[in-house]
Amino acid sequence: MIIKRLKKTLLVLFLLLCLAVILGLVKGAVHIPLVNLLFKDNAVILNLRLLRILAAILVGSGLAVSGIALQAILRNPLAEPYLLGTSSGAGLAAVIAVILGLSRIYMPLAAFLGALVSIVLVYTLSAERKKIADKSLILSGVIISVAFSSIIVFLVSLFGDEAMHEMNWWLWGSLQVYDWKLVLLISIPVISGIGVIYAFAQDLNAIQLGEEEAVHLGIDMHKVKNILIVTTSLITASLICICGIIGFVGLIVPHMMRSIVGPNHRMLIPTTCLAASIFMIVCDVFARTLFAPVEIPIGVITAMIGAPAFIILLKRGKRI
Amino acid sequence: MKAFFKISNLSAGYFKLDIIRNVSLEINPGDFMGIIGPNGSGKTTLLRLSSRVIYPRKGGIYFQGKNIFNMDLKEFCRSVAFVAQDISTSFSFSALELVLMGRIPHLKRLQFETKKDFDISERALALTDSSDLKDKRIDELSAGERQRVVIARSLAQEPVLLFLDEPTSHLDIGHQIQIMDLLNKLNRQSNLTIVMVLHDLNLASAYCNRICLLDSGSIFKEGTPEDVLTYKNIEAVYKTIVLVNNNPVTGRPNVILVPGEK
Repeated sequence: MIIKRLKKTLLVLFLLLCLAVILGLVKGAVHIPLVNLLFKDNAVILNLRLLRILAAILVGSGLAVSGIALQAILRNPLAEPYLLGTSSGAGLAAVIAVILGLSRIYMPLAAFLGALVSIVLVYTLSAERKKIADKSLILSGVIISVAFSSIIVFLVSLFGDEAMHEMNWWLWGSLQVYDWKLVLLISIPVISGIGVIYAFAQDLNAIQLGEEEAVHLGIDMHKVKNILIVTTSLITASLICICGIIGFVGLIVPHMMRSIVGPNHRMLIPTTCLAASIFMIVCDVFARTLFAPVEIPIGVITAMIGAPAFIILLKRGKRI
Repeated sequence: MKAFFKISNLSAGYFKLDIIRNVSLEINPGDFMGIIGPNGSGKTTLLRLSSRVIYPRKGGIYFQGKNIFNMDLKEFCRSVAFVAQDISTSFSFSALELVLMGRIPHLKRLQFETKKDFDISERALALTDSSDLKDKRIDELSAGERQRVVIARSLAQEPVLLFLDEPTSHLDIGHQIQIMDLLNKLNRQSNLTIVMVLHDLNLASAYCNRICLLDSGSIFKEGTPEDVLTYKNIEAVYKTIVLVNNNPVTGRPNVILVPGEK
């Protein structure tokens, strides 16, 4: 029964995704009809737009599924992928890299390392007697974020414009990617990470009933938590490399889908993957076209669409 | 022969304090055992130890000869199930989805439920008279209905031993009797061994074949309702004066409360 319903919903979402992809290919700083894209002159544009769409799909599904996993294991509806301080860690590392005058090629690597450092810090801070306490995990995440952000602002005020520009790019995100190899490399941890999280779908369902209930059903909470925290961290750190920090996707899309398909993670994870991909592609189209040729940071768009959508959901009295 | 379920010299607690002190108890197949005692006497802690939610400081618990704390958790949960006082859920599953979760210990990771799992879950719902609830959301059910569905979930685990923590404490007397009758039926017909924490002494008396009275972490008295539920034992443990006579229908002890002030 569940599988049948899943197939139907996935089919609808897949068709919508195809439409979104076509939209993403056609729209941009210049509008190019679909047929013309096949002309040789437009090969560069086609290539770039395809790459952006691929990046949007990876970012959308990776962040949204990470959000689901963290919301589930922490049993906190406000949990989101950057909970463990990854965003400020990556931002700080990028700003330091700019100040040190490193070449742009090293920027993704710096961001990745910065994100990992903050995760390890938060994780060690919150570990109590080999167990991870949910509340201290969330609190340590907030503290590390605040601490790192203040260092970022400090550095920017000392070193001025260039660092400022770099910081903005990281903090509001962008899908401006030019490197196929980098995107393909990132797709490995993201796709396998989503696979790992899906493998725990039924465990995540049981955890919703409470940690003790999960133990009663034979789920090793300690193991599940550790595996999923590491998995979501790798996904987010990898995605930060190519697109900076894109807020709201990991929070809003899971909640939207939960109100549509229900709380069962078997349904929720695959449908959210598709929905978040569509959401990101559409947001990117807005980012490119609203004030073309100026490109708006995509984080601004996701927040501008996400916040009202979230409020509407809340006001409609849907269970979040 | 190996003991079915044996708690031996168990001491445990939270932080530095021992809540359970040197408890030894044996549960036999087919038992319907009630664990009673005042608040803070360690009833729930004993259950949390038996379900491996917490670990003991000293002593052990053995299921069919195996130390449960060394057993594979899923293997353990295929034989022993637990029903908590009341489940809370922030997300709303349907009753059937909840019961299907009882199949988790039987499934491998990434393995979807088969027809067999659905059949077992539907049968569990039927056994608890809740087949008509299967498509309802659990946050829309009444407390009594929800408790029946949760018991159905524990039955979907196909256990031989079922622990319950005050399964009737949020229910009115009609639903209390309904749940207890259901457990009694499962105990008799399916030979399911039942151990439950109870607050209501008369429910314990009416349904249990053995009662274990806990007092500050130790067993004060263990035996048949007639042995345990005497006014002397109850007064000593609960520090409350009661009268005990016999229930005219069951012949079991009936505890009558006596108001302190006139």
